[in-house]
Amino acid sequence: MSNEWPLWEVFIRSRQGLDHKHVGSLHAADAAMAMENARDVYTRRGEGVSIWVVESRHIHASDPGDADSLFDPASDKIYRHPTFYQLPPEVKNI
Amino acid sequence: MERAAIFQDKVDREIRIEPTDWMPEDYRKTLIRQISQHAHSEIVGMLPEANWITRAPSLRRKAALLAKVQDEAGHGLYLYSAAETLGVSRDQLYDQLHTGKAKYSSIFNYPTLTWADIGAIGWLVDGAAIMNQVPLCRASYGPYARAMVRICKEESFHQRQGFEIMLALCRGTEAQKRLAQDALNRWWWPTLMMFGPRDDDSPHSAQSMRWKIKRFSNDELRQKFVDITAEQAAYLGLTIPDEEFAQDPETGHYTTGPIDWEEFKAVLRGDGPCNRQRLQARVKAWEDGAWVREAAEAHARKVAERREPAAVAV
Repeated sequence: MSNEWPLWEVFIRSRQGLDHKHVGSLHAADAAMAMENARDVYTRRGEGVSIWVVESRHIHASDPGDADSLFDPASDKIYRHPTFYQLPPEVKNI
Repeated sequence: MERAAIFQDKVDREIRIEPTDWMPEDYRKTLIRQISQHAHSEIVGMLPEANWITRAPSLRRKAALLAKVQDEAGHGLYLYSAAETLGVSRDQLYDQLHTGKAKYSSIFNYPTLTWADIGAIGWLVDGAAIMNQVPLCRASYGPYARAMVRICKEESFHQRQGFEIMLALCRGTEAQKRLAQDALNRWWWPTLMMFGPRDDDSPHSAQSMRWKIKRFSNDELRQKFVDITAEQAAYLGLTIPDEEFAQDPETGHYTTGPIDWEEFKAVLRGDGPCNRQRLQARVKAWEDGAWVREAAEAHARKVAERREPAAVAV
C-alpha cells in the first residue's frame, strides 16, 4: 500500500429482517475489493446475509465533546416514554 | 488538567474511550504500541503454523490448520484497524515491523519442528493468548475492546484444535506420545514467558492498569494459566518439563521453577532461534506482493476513469 488505499467501514446484516451493524474497517483499492475483503475478513463463520461497505470519509460523526448539548433536548422529556402514563391495572391491552 | 480528570473519570467508570475523545498523549502512544505489537504478533504467528499446512497428517487437520491461520490474519487486520484509529497509518506500522523497530510476541520466534508442535501451539500458546485477551474485552479503548471481543470468539476453536491434536497423539503409539511430550518440553517455558516479565520487573504495568489497557498483572495471568494447564497436561498423561513443578496442598495453586529470563531477553533482542527468518519472511512477502498492490490500484483507477465519461454525458 504505497499509495495508502482508502479506508472502508463494513456493515453486516446477520439475518433477513435485521439491520446492518458496524463490524469494523479495512483498506481496499475500490468497492469491489472492499466487498470481497469484507466477505473474507468479517463473514468467515456465516455471520451475514448482506454486506455494506462505505468509504470512511463519507461517514459524518457527532463530536463527543458536544454530546451533552446535542442530546440535551431529550433528557427532560420523560413523557415520551410509556411508563410516564399511569393507567389503572384493570385496563387490559394498553 | 480538567480534560485529564474527565478522561480518567470515564476510565474509572468503565465508560469506553472512542477515537475522537480527548486522551493523554501517553495513553495514545502506549495504545498504538500495544495494539500494533499485538497485530504484528498475529501476522508473524501465521508463519510457524503455516509451516505445517502442506504436511498435516489428514485432510481434516489440514482444513482446520488453514482456517486457524486464516483467522490469525483476520485478527491482525482487526488490530491494525484499531491501532489506525489512534492516528497512525498502516504503512507506518508495516514499516516498523519490517525494519525491526516494532516488537511482536517472543513466542513466535521459536521453530515448529514436528507436527506435535502444531498441537502444542494451539493448546499452550493460544491458551495463554486467551488468558490475556479475555480481560482485554473490557479494555478502556473502545475499538481495541471490540476487536478483542471478535478475536476471543474465534480464538476458542484454536485452543480446542490444538488440544485435540495433543489428545490424538497421547492416545496413539509410543512414538506419537513421545512426539507430544517433546513438543510440550520445548513450548512450555517459552509460553510462560509470553506473559511478560515478573510484576516486580514491569515498571509500566501500574500506569497501564490505571488506564485499564491492562486488567490483570503478568504474574496473575501466568499463575492462572499454569493452574489450568497443569490439569490438562495431567489428563493427557504428559509431564510438565520442570523438576520443581508442584502443587501447593493448601492453596491448590501450582508453583513452577525459575524462568530463564536471559532467554526471554535474548529473544526480545533479536537473538531467538527464528527472529531473522521471521523478519525475512515478512519482508519478502511484502516485497513480492508489491505488484499485486500496484495492479489493484491501477485497476481501480482504470475502472473509475471508465465511469467518468458516462457521468459527464448525463
